[in-house]
Amino acid sequence: MKPDKILLDHGSGGLMSHRLVTETLLPAFDNPLLAPLHDGAVLDLGQGRVAFSTDSFVVDPIFFPGGSIGDLAVNGTVNDLAMCGAEPRFLSMGLILEEGLPFSDLERILADMKSAAGAAGVFIVTGDTKVVPRGAADKVFINTTGIGLVPAGIQVAPNRVRPGDRILLSGTLADHGMTILSQREGLGFGGPVQSDTAPLNHLVKKMLAACPDIHLLRDPTRGGLGTSLNEVACSAGVGILMEEDRIPVRGPVAGLCELLGIDPLYVANEGKLLAFVPPEAEAPLMAVMQSDPLGRDAVVIGEVLADHPGRVEMKTRIGGRRIVRMLTGEQLPRIC
Amino acid sequence: MNPHQGAIMDPLTPYRDPGLSARLAARIRAASRRKIRLMEVCGTHTVSIFRSGIRSLLPETVSLISGPGCPVCVTDQRDIDAFVALSGVEDVIIATFGDLMRVPGSRSSLLRERAAGRDIRVVYSPLDALALARETPSRRVVFLGVGFETTAPAIAAAISLARTEGIGNFLVYSAHKCVPPALCALMELPEMALDGFLLPGHVSVIIGAGAYRAFVDRYRIPAVIAGFEPADILQAIHLLVTQIESGRAALENAYPRVVSETGNPKALRLLAEVFKPVDVPWRGLGILPASGLKLRDAYEAWDAEKAFDIDFQETPAPSGCACGDILTGRRLPPACPRFGRGCTPEHPVGPCMVSTEGTCAAYYRYGR
Repeated sequence: MKPDKILLDHGSGGLMSHRLVTETLLPAFDNPLLAPLHDGAVLDLGQGRVAFSTDSFVVDPIFFPGGSIGDLAVNGTVNDLAMCGAEPRFLSMGLILEEGLPFSDLERILADMKSAAGAAGVFIVTGDTKVVPRGAADKVFINTTGIGLVPAGIQVAPNRVRPGDRILLSGTLADHGMTILSQREGLGFGGPVQSDTAPLNHLVKKMLAACPDIHLLRDPTRGGLGTSLNEVACSAGVGILMEEDRIPVRGPVAGLCELLGIDPLYVANEGKLLAFVPPEAEAPLMAVMQSDPLGRDAVVIGEVLADHPGRVEMKTRIGGRRIVRMLTGEQLPRIC
Repeated sequence: MNPHQGAIMDPLTPYRDPGLSARLAARIRAASRRKIRLMEVCGTHTVSIFRSGIRSLLPETVSLISGPGCPVCVTDQRDIDAFVALSGVEDVIIATFGDLMRVPGSRSSLLRERAAGRDIRVVYSPLDALALARETPSRRVVFLGVGFETTAPAIAAAISLARTEGIGNFLVYSAHKCVPPALCALMELPEMALDGFLLPGHVSVIIGAGAYRAFVDRYRIPAVIAGFEPADILQAIHLLVTQIESGRAALENAYPRVVSETGNPKALRLLAEVFKPVDVPWRGLGILPASGLKLRDAYEAWDAEKAFDIDFQETPAPSGCACGDILTGRRLPPACPRFGRGCTPEHPVGPCMVSTEGTCAAYYRYGR
């Protein structure tokens, strides 16, 4: 009989481990590369450049409105590859499970990973599972590592950003971070606020087809838009000017940010991208983005300047101007 | 206008109108002749001024100085040390607002103590702390009460509820402070040379506009109660400039949509029932008469300062930290030798760099 919780024995390497792999993990991701359960997958990548990225996921809570740690683990690495201009192909999955994790939770996470991988069009081809004693991990940690292929002619890199480039944002800010915060703190804002976790590779593919000359792609995850823009300004040695009025934030998210004294510019997103593009590509790319469900709310938020290199400035809604710095430390909700 | 913005904040939309703000700014520029220094007392004003870029719209004649309006920042070092000490008591759970976590005491901060294994929880309401006490009867839950008249009524309500329900393991360390005594103290400081005050809107909702009349009459200083949207602040600045240019010194209420003459009677009743005014130390201002709120004797069973024998040691202020001068507007953050050099929001030396509403943190994030 299958136990209803993860036991240390599931990580023993013996029979229980074997059953976990063959009865639970393999069926979730069944594909010809994983099926032999060999020590690793042997991949035929053909010619060309390979993008390679890794990310670990430790989010608490593991389930939240709009997704779960399983969705994040797939989409996060898929998006990192897509931001390199690559078409993501294969993922590995490392699971660290806390003793006592309900089996049903694991199955739910695996189902989410399966559907996320399906949506992104990637295969999970190798994996590893460890079980640690209660308290040594928080329910479940997931690492995914992915590889993808960069099509010929695509050069997406910070050093290609130029003064005059337009900065495109694919949609609303702060949905993911505020969802997690409101869940974690039990604020009871469940309904209208939900994570934006989504795979961006299909959108990126369409964008690169319309404009292979995109200079840079970024997904503003931890640290938010403000931090991503500062990183680009520093690494590309350019100035950035954005307009507050253009930045889309959903009403309930804006309200929650306001209530807690949190600046949406610094809140994490999990399904949004920034594109730095030559001015002539602005119109065709906006058309492509706005016709895709993940880019429906796309906006041009600003442009790259030769002035004030390394600094991000914002034209405020009332016509003032201010500096947008990198996030320092975790944002803490205020007293009053 | 962005279709996503303000969907649940509709009542505020008019005050965010860029056209209205531009017109108000133009009026200020047209009216202002004299060089003046205005102090915004409230930390929420400081942040709103920075975030909306109001300074870049004002004429050179108008300087905005930030005052002691961040409750975390004016909390005395002794109180911070007491919070840290209480977190080390065996059966104690500390419940606190998030701002306090990173404030450095003489030897440690709550954030560091939590990392060291102390049970310290961030709550959003004192009622959450009360619920925690109800759920964990074997532990004592100490709520750290820091804030002005805005925050204090909710904490008075929690204490009152604890008494009604007979919850004995809920304790409050009250470091609450009142705004009007601080305004008087600022006027008594030498070399202040302030020409007017932007008075805090949220505090005024509770205490009412009338609470400032004695202050304005005594010091003959222009003072305007302001809301927090850019247009609210610009309108209040315009009223101040107009008063100053015409040689008047009056109290005006530019936030009448929520601030009345007499305030919120229910909140004031609760405050008077649970708390008594006492002389307390403010960082940067020293001991101010009747400026703090401590629990009345009838509520001493819920008073953390009475329940614990807190070991205070002499605590020198961190060397080179100019928080005292910054809180009183005598120096701007960039003039502090520590600002940005060893004192940043990540590694704050003084409290002004910690809270989102702290003057130094606001200058660091938005200003330089």
